[in-house]
Amino acid sequence: MAGTAVRGRLTWQTATVGSVVDETARVRTIFLDVPDWAGHRAGQHVDVRLTAEDGYQAERAYSIASAPGETLSLTVERLEDGEVSPYLTQELRAGDEFEVRGPVGGYFVWDVADGGPLLLLAGGSGIVPLRSILRYRERLGSEVPVRLLYSSRSLADVIYRAELDAPAAGVTVIHTLTRQQPPGWTGYARRVDQEMIASVAWPAADAPLAYACGPTSFVESVASALVAFGYPPRRIRTERFGATGQ
Amino acid sequence: MEPLEAGVLDGNAIGGLLIEVFGTEMTAAVGTCGTCGTASRVAEFAVYQPGLGTVVRCRHCDNVLMVFVLAHGVTCVDLLGLASLVA
Repeated sequence: MAGTAVRGRLTWQTATVGSVVDETARVRTIFLDVPDWAGHRAGQHVDVRLTAEDGYQAERAYSIASAPGETLSLTVERLEDGEVSPYLTQELRAGDEFEVRGPVGGYFVWDVADGGPLLLLAGGSGIVPLRSILRYRERLGSEVPVRLLYSSRSLADVIYRAELDAPAAGVTVIHTLTRQQPPGWTGYARRVDQEMIASVAWPAADAPLAYACGPTSFVESVASALVAFGYPPRRIRTERFGATGQ
Repeated sequence: MEPLEAGVLDGNAIGGLLIEVFGTEMTAAVGTCGTCGTASRVAEFAVYQPGLGTVVRCRHCDNVLMVFVLAHGVTCVDLLGLASLVA
């Protein structure tokens, strides 16, 4: 019987699409209605399951884009050779349904009580769980200082651009555009490296908490750089999205 | 410790599977490799998902820690590569 699972076990629930918003040419945010949604913590994800008419099922994990308390939303990047993302970003319509399981995650999460200062490092769609953290921090009126270093291919690929251009008090957003920069761009124009970390990151002596999310190669690179910069590994939390075509 | 290859995931990606198997959130659990003795958070393990299941490896020595295979509606769980797993 749905909804009577033993405490601690997750069940698949039906999610109905309320609306969709295109964030960039390849990225879409999907607002969901899940009747028995129990809420989540900033940084968590859900597992999404699609079932085809012939019974074939495909499952993927997607980070929750919304803050706890907001309408549940996921932000999905379309992968060229993807099996699930092309459907979610191009075919899905309001009223359509799919299954979700969650929320999932007890490591790559941030609660206000965890404190800071916070260093958030996003590569491409890795911004999604970090944006949930930022929105949650703002909703609670937290004054924990935050620096967000966000690596994107170009300005057109920056997800939540308008929102990040007007960050909450105490939040500093630093972009790096790795492939293409607009005329007059004075910001970083290369992949995150040791020198950029040294300029952007909170000093290790401030006992910061770092969250790095994005393609596996991005996370590996920034985590190594942070350790070389003096961050204890236990103060660096990581979430790898595999190869995303970045 | 070599950097992971581009397509490799980490323990976060199998968080839902782990809740199904263990009945509780496990990504923050500490697993100790039975081969090299390195202790890490499950979220930081290397996760490979070939077509037939899920293979979890130690970041430091690359030995297999956990294997999950779904067969005939049953999830087969092999944790023999771990010396311990503490949630």
